[in-house]
Amino acid sequence: MARAVSRNTKIGYTIAAWIVALIIFFPILYTIITSLKTEQEAIAGFDLIPSFSLSSYETVQSQNNYWRPFTNSVILAVGSTLLALIVAIPAAWAMAFSPTRRTKDILMWMLSTKMMPAVAVLVPIYLIFLRTGLMDTRIGLVMILMLMNLPIVVWMLYTYFREIPGEILEAARMDGATLKDEILYVLTPMAVPGIASTLLLNIILAWNEAFWTIQLTTTNAAPLSAFIASFSSPQGLFWAKLSAASTMAIAPILILGWFSQKQLVRGLTFGAVK
Amino acid sequence: MKMYWRALMGATALCATAGLASAQDNVTLTIATVNNGDMIRMQGLTDDFTSQNPNIQLEWVTLEENILRERVTTDIATQGGQYDVLTIGTYEVPIWAKQDWLVALDGMPEDYDADDLLPAVREALSVEGTLYAAPFYGESAMVMYRTDLAEAAGITMPDSPTWADIKAAAEAMTDKDNEVYGICLRGKPGWGENMAFLTAMANSYGARWFDPDWNPQFDSEEWNAALTDYLDLMTNYGPPGASSNGFNENLSLFQQGKCGMWMDATVAASFVTDPENSTVADSVGFAQFPNKEGLDNHGNWLWAWSLAIPASSQKQDAAKAFIAWATSKGYTELVAENDGWRAAPPGTRTSLYENPDYQAEAPFAEQTLTAINAANTQKSSVQDIPYTGGQFVAIPEFQGIGTAVGQQFSAALAGQMSAEDALAAAQSNTTREMTRAGYIK
Repeated sequence: MARAVSRNTKIGYTIAAWIVALIIFFPILYTIITSLKTEQEAIAGFDLIPSFSLSSYETVQSQNNYWRPFTNSVILAVGSTLLALIVAIPAAWAMAFSPTRRTKDILMWMLSTKMMPAVAVLVPIYLIFLRTGLMDTRIGLVMILMLMNLPIVVWMLYTYFREIPGEILEAARMDGATLKDEILYVLTPMAVPGIASTLLLNIILAWNEAFWTIQLTTTNAAPLSAFIASFSSPQGLFWAKLSAASTMAIAPILILGWFSQKQLVRGLTFGAVK
Repeated sequence: MKMYWRALMGATALCATAGLASAQDNVTLTIATVNNGDMIRMQGLTDDFTSQNPNIQLEWVTLEENILRERVTTDIATQGGQYDVLTIGTYEVPIWAKQDWLVALDGMPEDYDADDLLPAVREALSVEGTLYAAPFYGESAMVMYRTDLAEAAGITMPDSPTWADIKAAAEAMTDKDNEVYGICLRGKPGWGENMAFLTAMANSYGARWFDPDWNPQFDSEEWNAALTDYLDLMTNYGPPGASSNGFNENLSLFQQGKCGMWMDATVAASFVTDPENSTVADSVGFAQFPNKEGLDNHGNWLWAWSLAIPASSQKQDAAKAFIAWATSKGYTELVAENDGWRAAPPGTRTSLYENPDYQAEAPFAEQTLTAINAANTQKSSVQDIPYTGGQFVAIPEFQGIGTAVGQQFSAALAGQMSAEDALAAAQSNTTREMTRAGYIK
């Protein structure tokens, strides 16, 4: 039976939730506010009321073409996530439904690759990219981003798959389903919320990646992270322009997150009340 | 039928040859650059170059200064050949040239007139007399001050002030109740931030980073005097929170009328006198970087953002043609034609400073030229030194060491430690790093 909650408590919780949400969202909000200031106002100090100047957006657009890095970002984020799912779904299935003595060790080993700073493998990967002609290509970056996010994808999917009763898969096998049928037509539909939230989270991670996407590109495959980096200036004011470039770069992913928040929350809390 | 096939084969061969020829002729140059006003302006004017060289296309990669340095270093060290033209400074040029990472810029077109380059800048970009990078714009350091505040305070700033003059002026101009601070200086830690200023200031005090055996000299009287005076100036007459102020923050403070004086790169002169962005544009005076009484050393600050060709580039001829265009007298005239003489990239060519149109539009021209000409990067201290460089030490380890020392001095400015403690920490850290790097045996 649900516990009765007084009206005042409800109001209190709501206000607290709003405050927490505002604190979390504030850096993004202030970036948007700064993008609407002039350069002079932007560096003058903390002020929440901008002069609603759009000059920074005009400068950013005239100085750099937005659409080429935008297209690259979309291709890299979506491409690397889909590729990661193709590899990770069978891997997570194997570990969730046919575990061996070493499964836990393998999972830990996969996660441990994320514990090393990316810069530690910069030179070998840079050299591989140079020798194989993958430097500044979208396909090269799709592979790198896929590999970077793969441990997280496998872990997330593994956790979701573990929530699905093995008996259902057994029943499918009894009915003559092949391994492919079992994964494609039984497991995947049941794990859709989990797969969807993994997909969204990884698109966000790949979209925001700003080490490899800057180190391994020059012009052809450079995504929005490189677009933002180009507005920092050693001599001259640039905060408003940098904020405008950042706002333009995060806007698509923010909108995507807004529309898919139900799916995201559902996936992230999947199985939480069992 | 046979005739038909022969004709077809002949036509195909002709097309293939033509295609091959055009593919060989067409070149795309990838230019790595930093984001600053002059570079952005150049990107807008490249139609002039591509119309003269229709077979050369330009691709720009604009990056933050430190990321650019990191990317270019990786690319050169691995012979990547990702870039054909690099934007680098006077710090990198001698180090990289000695490692054979850069292409010598001899054989420039006849009308390039390398002798017109300012001697100090040319020397800073040369190794054993050979030019390895062409200067795009250059700078030294000088004093920018408010003439209205100076007049109200009843002081006259000499053209070549001493540190005692600066202290007296800072005291006279400070009016903290009205948020006017007598002096604004860099405090943000970093080898290119507070350490650029403090190294120049220490030079003018007769200090040096290392003795001829590479032993750090932070335990010397000269360093102690320089740092103590810097902290004294900033604590008594500087703005609050100065330990996080770099070039851009001080520029903003000065433009808003909150600084009586600001000592920084000469390139700032065009920003503070720009009526569109500066509230004090019509009341700015200029003077030389100060010296200590009895010492003829004005800091020896010299920097030039320059264009160079990495040895790994496969398109060196086209890259040389572009550099010759971008750093030529003709380019300066092109900028003047489009945006006025004030916008001409400063600090590279003698002819610009002899141009009466430029002199009329840029009130800071004379002081800038004097400052650049006075900078001696081959011997920046009055004492014997084993290194070159003005506001930095031109060794690969300086980025790390300079930033570590800058953090100590910034902490002292923030009141977290005394000048003596900061100097002692700088001495022990630098000794350790220089021993580790093999300089101290």
